[in-house]
Amino acid sequence: MKRMIRGLLQFKRGPWEAVASVLIATGVVMLMQPASLTVYSYSFSVTLTGTVMYLICSHFRD
Amino acid sequence: MIERSMERLAEKTPNGVARYAGGLSDKKLAWLFVAPSILLLLAINIFPLIWTIYLSFTNYRVNRPNRDVDWIGLRNYERILNDTDIWQTMQATAHFLISTIVLQVLLGFALAFLINKKFRGNDVLTTLIVIPMMLSPAVVGNFWTFLYQPQIGLFNYVVGFLSGVDPSAFSMIGDVSLAPWAIVIVDTWMWTPFVMLICLAGLRSIPNSIYEAAECDRASSWRQFWTITIPMVLPFLMLAVLFRGIENFKMFDLVVQLTGGGPGSLTTLSSIDLKREAFEKWKTGYSSAYAVILFVTVFGLASVYVKALNKVKDR
Repeated sequence: MKRMIRGLLQFKRGPWEAVASVLIATGVVMLMQPASLTVYSYSFSVTLTGTVMYLICSHFRD
Repeated sequence: MIERSMERLAEKTPNGVARYAGGLSDKKLAWLFVAPSILLLLAINIFPLIWTIYLSFTNYRVNRPNRDVDWIGLRNYERILNDTDIWQTMQATAHFLISTIVLQVLLGFALAFLINKKFRGNDVLTTLIVIPMMLSPAVVGNFWTFLYQPQIGLFNYVVGFLSGVDPSAFSMIGDVSLAPWAIVIVDTWMWTPFVMLICLAGLRSIPNSIYEAAECDRASSWRQFWTITIPMVLPFLMLAVLFRGIENFKMFDLVVQLTGGGPGSLTTLSSIDLKREAFEKWKTGYSSAYAVILFVTVFGLASVYVKALNKVKDR
């Protein structure tokens, strides 16, 4: 966990990509879940944030 | 021969062009050759994408070209993300996507494992298994509609014969609880051979020496399966899941032919709904926003998945 936080602070590619991946996956689950309309409403924002973050952080150094 | 034709070509090249090309560096020449492809790509892929994103912020309707187009900001997105019908469509898509992928991976891998063994009639069986994949989805949708007929359909007859239920007592396409599974069954029937072929390629790429070494170490078949077969086929399996996932996310023709999105809107997948919004209700701006949402979802998922695939391959 400490290594992850340190990686995030140092703008390392791996940890940021991991965060972006989690955001994308969460967004997709939110989009397709049957439980709550409110959660569905916020799904696209989460997926878009994750995708943009992923595109940006894939240019960070390893 | 080649030299002569090159000389002839050089002679026939107009002086102006020859002088210009002669002065170009290798890099510039390379760009000159690649430029037509890049221009084509920009024209047929990138421009429509950017135009769709622009339209998603407007109230443009393609059937009213003379009406003023207003910039309405995020209103289309707001409406889509609060629409319960679209929410239901997303759930139907999720059900279809998850069920088909799970079934196709399990059955495809099992079939590949079977076909990988040497036995008589192996080639004939392989050919028979891959036939559904070669058929047109429209044709498959049409003939499965007949197979699912409660009175005369072969599917109902077989289910009735095996389970003792009256074949005309249930309708796969008309029943609310069965219709989502009806499309899953047909897609699985059609595309399992594709997954099987990819898995077969994976299985055949495993060198026999690894199994022989495992035998020397007295590893059981079960152990060999979990520690050699599965890890070495996994990249191929993941590739199959990626292909099928993207394909099924935009599934259209098969389901339209089979159920038309019914009963009600129970089997209306997101691509069918998108087509209706765009080309039946003519809400171009709205449907553009819908398309952007689907695009970002697929793009994001595919990016993450490709990264995971590369990790597994590098292992």
